[in-house]
Amino acid sequence: MRQDAIEINGISKNYGALKALDGITFNVGRGEVFGLIGPDGAGKSTLFRILVTLIDSDGGSAKVDGMDILNDYHSIRNKIGYMPGKFSLYPDLTVEENINFFAALFHVTLEQNYDLIAPIYKQIEPFKTRRAGKLSGGMKQKLALCCSLIHKPDVLFLDEPTTGVDAVSRSEFWDMLLELQKKGLSILVSTPYMDEASKCNRIALINGGKILDINTPDGIVNNFKEPLYAVSGTNMYGILTATRQEKEVVDCYPFGAAHHIVASENFNPEFLKQTLEERGFKNIELNKTKAGIEDVFIKLMHTQ
Amino acid sequence: MKENIISVKELCKNFGKFKAVDRITFDVKRGEIFGFLGANGAGKTTAIRMLCGLSYPTSGSGTVAGFDVMRNGEKIKHHIGYMSQRFSLYDDLTVYENMKLFGGIYGLSKMQVERRSVEILNQLQFKSEINTLVGSLPLGWKQKLAFCVASLHRPEIVFLDEPTGGVDPVTRRQFWEMIYKASSEGTTIFVTTHYMDEAEYCNRVSIMVDGQIKALDSPAELKKQFNASAIDEVFRSLARGAKRGE
Repeated sequence: MRQDAIEINGISKNYGALKALDGITFNVGRGEVFGLIGPDGAGKSTLFRILVTLIDSDGGSAKVDGMDILNDYHSIRNKIGYMPGKFSLYPDLTVEENINFFAALFHVTLEQNYDLIAPIYKQIEPFKTRRAGKLSGGMKQKLALCCSLIHKPDVLFLDEPTTGVDAVSRSEFWDMLLELQKKGLSILVSTPYMDEASKCNRIALINGGKILDINTPDGIVNNFKEPLYAVSGTNMYGILTATRQEKEVVDCYPFGAAHHIVASENFNPEFLKQTLEERGFKNIELNKTKAGIEDVFIKLMHTQ
Repeated sequence: MKENIISVKELCKNFGKFKAVDRITFDVKRGEIFGFLGANGAGKTTAIRMLCGLSYPTSGSGTVAGFDVMRNGEKIKHHIGYMSQRFSLYDDLTVYENMKLFGGIYGLSKMQVERRSVEILNQLQFKSEINTLVGSLPLGWKQKLAFCVASLHRPEIVFLDEPTGGVDPVTRRQFWEMIYKASSEGTTIFVTTHYMDEAEYCNRVSIMVDGQIKALDSPAELKKQFNASAIDEVFRSLARGAKRGE
């Protein structure tokens, strides 16, 4: 049996007193799209930079494509593609020049691996003589993805590829990733947008340098066992503060069109509805609801 | 009926032949939370710059906080607050130094800056960090502080350009509670975001496509009009029709 695409064993990294990564352990299987989900400062980029052999860890070990990140760093670099969080192509080279430059670094040509890149490259080909610095955010992102695929890597590392990108471009980008997965690539991708988690085979929730949970997206939300309700009505801010004062309400927070209520076992929704109506809130709707990734994340952050 | 604090008609901004903003017309009421959505490149930033008095429209008419957008950009600046994800506070100044700097820029006296700063730090339970360099604070804290600093001079409108990008889900909600609170005290909030769940927190939402406002209503009404279960779907169905990139 082939080894997992990525094996991470107790990786730690400190910056002075700050524990950027605190004993991270997980594996990414062959052909898997694995999502690292967490906010700014969670340690996502630090982990990426360790795995792609740009910086050393302070403890633990890891293998990428079966090779050790310390001893085999040279071989690893030929087998992986990496798209850093910050745009890191040459702004004063054209689209075409950037691609040829990265191809030359890996001793390949665009033509050699055209099949893999074509679906993405075709979208930016009309602008191939434009300087990379003059491209829009969405197009920069596509160019960077092309450059990271040029040498036909086995494992792809994408650090927040969709940050700051609008909802439509984001969903297009995920479609591209799932196409690459079909071609056999293993992908580790990070994102602060929790709604993107459902696109991954498995996800790890990360915060403060620690993994909070690892599972399939469904597995993560199914582990939320507390009774969860959604409440809405006229004057949402008033409803929020009023609901929080109720005894059987463990937590209440805004969640899109409704507020979510994490309730204790003795919670009586009819009683809360009545209480809110007696306090003058109108159009109250209160229903049981299913947890999302963010509900789980919020709960785990509180218990962390 | 509440008065309009922003009211613009047929506002345009051209760069050469390019119509960045193409005849937008809308009102924002005092105390309202107004969500200004659009795909990358739809013209949001150009529109916000005109509303903040940072650039003059090519044509059209309107007022922000009672001042003419065609003529009184400088006056508008005194009556608004602004914060964005990209720039909010100076990393190499302390919390208090930032407050003094922005208070001074907005023309507050030393006494006023001191009083308002203490108020804000107490409210955020952040007094112990008064002499901390802003650069060493977590992003979520920085953004909450930036919102308070943008409100230091008690502006009538606060413009927030993607204030919560990358912020953790708990802090993101604390940030929105600050917005709710400011709005309930009468401050108007004009906000852009890529988080579609946050669009639902707004009283009304506009969606820009190719320089034009293609939809404007309360989240509930928009969902009804587009037969959608979430604003995300409304946004996608409109933004998919976009002809131009960024």
